[in-house]
Amino acid sequence: MAEERITDQGAKDYKEMLHPVMLKNYGQWKYHEILKPGVLVHVAESGDKIYSVRVASPRLLSTKSIRFFMSIADKYGEGYLRFTTRNNVEILTDKEENVESIIKDLADDGWPIGGTGRTASNVVHTQGWVHCHTSATDASGVVKAIMDEVFDDFVAENLPGKLKMALACCLNMCGAVHASDISVLGIHRRPPTVDYNMLGQICEIPTTIASCPTGAIRQDIVDGVKAMKIVEDQCMYCGACYTACPNMPLADPLNDGCSIWVGGKIANARTKPAFTKLVVPYLPNNPPRWPEVVDAVKKIIQVYKDNAKKWERVGEMIERIGWAKFFKLTGFEFTKYHIDDYKLATKSYNTSAHLRF
Amino acid sequence: MSDTPMIDELEKGPWPSFVREIRRAGEQSATARDLINILELSYKDKKTHWKHGGVVGVRGYGAGVIGRYVDMPEQFPGVAHFHTVRVNQTSGFVYSTKGLGEIMDIWDKRGSGMTNLHGSTGDMVLLGTNSDELDPIFTDISQKGWDLGGSGSDLRTPSCCIGPARCEYATIDTLAITRELTNYYQDELHRPAFPYKFKIKVAGCPNDCVASVARADLSIIGTWKDDIKIDQAEVDNYVAGGGIDIMKEVVMLCPTQCIDFDGKKMEIDNSNCVRCMHCINKMTKALSVGDEKGATILLGAKAPIVEGAMLASVIVPFMELEEPFDNLKELIEAFWEVWDEDGKNKERIGEFMERMGKGEFVEEVGRILEENDSEVKLVSDVDMVFHPRENPYIFYDEYLEEVSDE
Repeated sequence: MAEERITDQGAKDYKEMLHPVMLKNYGQWKYHEILKPGVLVHVAESGDKIYSVRVASPRLLSTKSIRFFMSIADKYGEGYLRFTTRNNVEILTDKEENVESIIKDLADDGWPIGGTGRTASNVVHTQGWVHCHTSATDASGVVKAIMDEVFDDFVAENLPGKLKMALACCLNMCGAVHASDISVLGIHRRPPTVDYNMLGQICEIPTTIASCPTGAIRQDIVDGVKAMKIVEDQCMYCGACYTACPNMPLADPLNDGCSIWVGGKIANARTKPAFTKLVVPYLPNNPPRWPEVVDAVKKIIQVYKDNAKKWERVGEMIERIGWAKFFKLTGFEFTKYHIDDYKLATKSYNTSAHLRF
Repeated sequence: MSDTPMIDELEKGPWPSFVREIRRAGEQSATARDLINILELSYKDKKTHWKHGGVVGVRGYGAGVIGRYVDMPEQFPGVAHFHTVRVNQTSGFVYSTKGLGEIMDIWDKRGSGMTNLHGSTGDMVLLGTNSDELDPIFTDISQKGWDLGGSGSDLRTPSCCIGPARCEYATIDTLAITRELTNYYQDELHRPAFPYKFKIKVAGCPNDCVASVARADLSIIGTWKDDIKIDQAEVDNYVAGGGIDIMKEVVMLCPTQCIDFDGKKMEIDNSNCVRCMHCINKMTKALSVGDEKGATILLGAKAPIVEGAMLASVIVPFMELEEPFDNLKELIEAFWEVWDEDGKNKERIGEFMERMGKGEFVEEVGRILEENDSEVKLVSDVDMVFHPRENPYIFYDEYLEEVSDE
């Protein structure tokens, strides 16, 4: 039986997917409260209430676990759930008496709740070695290693303000790590290698040359055969050529690793959105638990806990105490790599005599 | 001794483990079982074993599927093909168990059972299937009323915060805007024809929970023009309750010092309020956004490759947004027209605007809007910059020439 092909239907109607209380009170919300870490109540003008139980998620979810969340939503939540922009799961219910049962059932299957208010929220991250061809580090593994150690700050409000962490496994940054409180960014330190033996059989040379956004790939002749070479100074390790030509792998176990960045933010609250700034230029990939990366993150969080004022974000604290003190407190080494050498670098040069001694 | 000692290590610890997830999928899927094995090898080798290459997709679409292959298919046949299917999520990531169950059933039948909920752009990401399953997956999801998302040089799947569905701060209907733009621009979303990708994110207020200012070429952020509403009785309750030090935690943290508070009565100099949200966030029962609602439109955020990371910058300081959002569509189409005409391959609109000069870009978009008889006017505005230019390298359009007496 040939089914008629349906195309371009677009997004399904969210109204069919909304909890009835959310649909009824759409646009008519009055206020919300955090009842405890991981539990929110939103109260409508009508007096109706919707409770959200926020569950930690590794983002990489099996259908089996998603079905588990669905079963909780069916059992206690009238059959509705949602996901947050930081990849947490939220079970929704209009019955306060169901909240503790939801939490208990989740805990029985190993799912903690938290991530609201002054906590370390879930780490936004990319695919890493689970799926990505240009990754300089894994994503899920590093995040797991970090969150196992930062766990107490997810489930309880121990922090001065919100702490949003992100990880991207290369400079393409599928996760927005350039504007988070703490970012881990996978970095390549060497251009792709060209596998001359296989080149002509698989790759189209003009297409590969054209794929490079900086024009760093040139035609070459090796042993009388058409090949390619890379102008190293022009390569920015984006992996576009590897996308076009599988014989130009970018991965380099000797040199790939992680860099650490801090002080970015997205929200406009108090201060303007801001970019992250470099604090550690390179740490090695040491799977499965990336101890050097985890230590650096913990160090930053400790300095934040000890020095920030209430509601201050990491970047706001550093702005107040100064970068020199931040480096002193964390013990990270300041190197030439910390001084920008790209476009508009002079904007970050200190042209004042404002110094703290 | 286990074959996967390093991966096993990551099943331990209090944070939910992605390894347990892959193992759960592996109870039914050979693909998921080989995913564990190839991941162990990556941990041992300290490098990825994935490669791109080969055009895969579904008939009639140029987007929505990402081709992925392992570099050692003989040793890991389960992941020889490991393609991703992007399914357009619902606005606000809200699901009924019935709706979400439809996707789960299809994916259990035709894929690895592994997902990302959600991808960075917003889609439901179904992770790992082979080429032969792609068209059947598309047919199955279509029958249930779902569709694919964007990929490549096209309009990427728009996404938004929870907005008016569950948030008192929302000044625009983020969910309606997101669905309307998604469904109105289906051709642009499914058939790549742009210089490069174009992402849209819609945030209901300046808290920007969807990170639009960092992650979207077009960032729509709800705001308001009139005064913050003060419920003095609730201010009194906060004072009496003592849970918050209003002077220290609210008044002194106001970036423009526009709150006057004598320990009892609160007043705000709204002419100097920058709509940062801090006071409203902290005193949500007493303070709320105004009634004259709309959005600020910002343009040009992107990750570093090629010309450096950018945050989006203001292009329209204030715009009312009511269904069917014709003014927004006219603006978007004018952006696309200028970018499509002169944008280079793989040049995001933020980089294009930088190369052209924001002033020139605004003038050109404004000219197109006028040509198209749009109600939207776009002219240079002081709110588009933090401060006027500091350098004197001005290229003047207007100058005088000697007029000959002849």
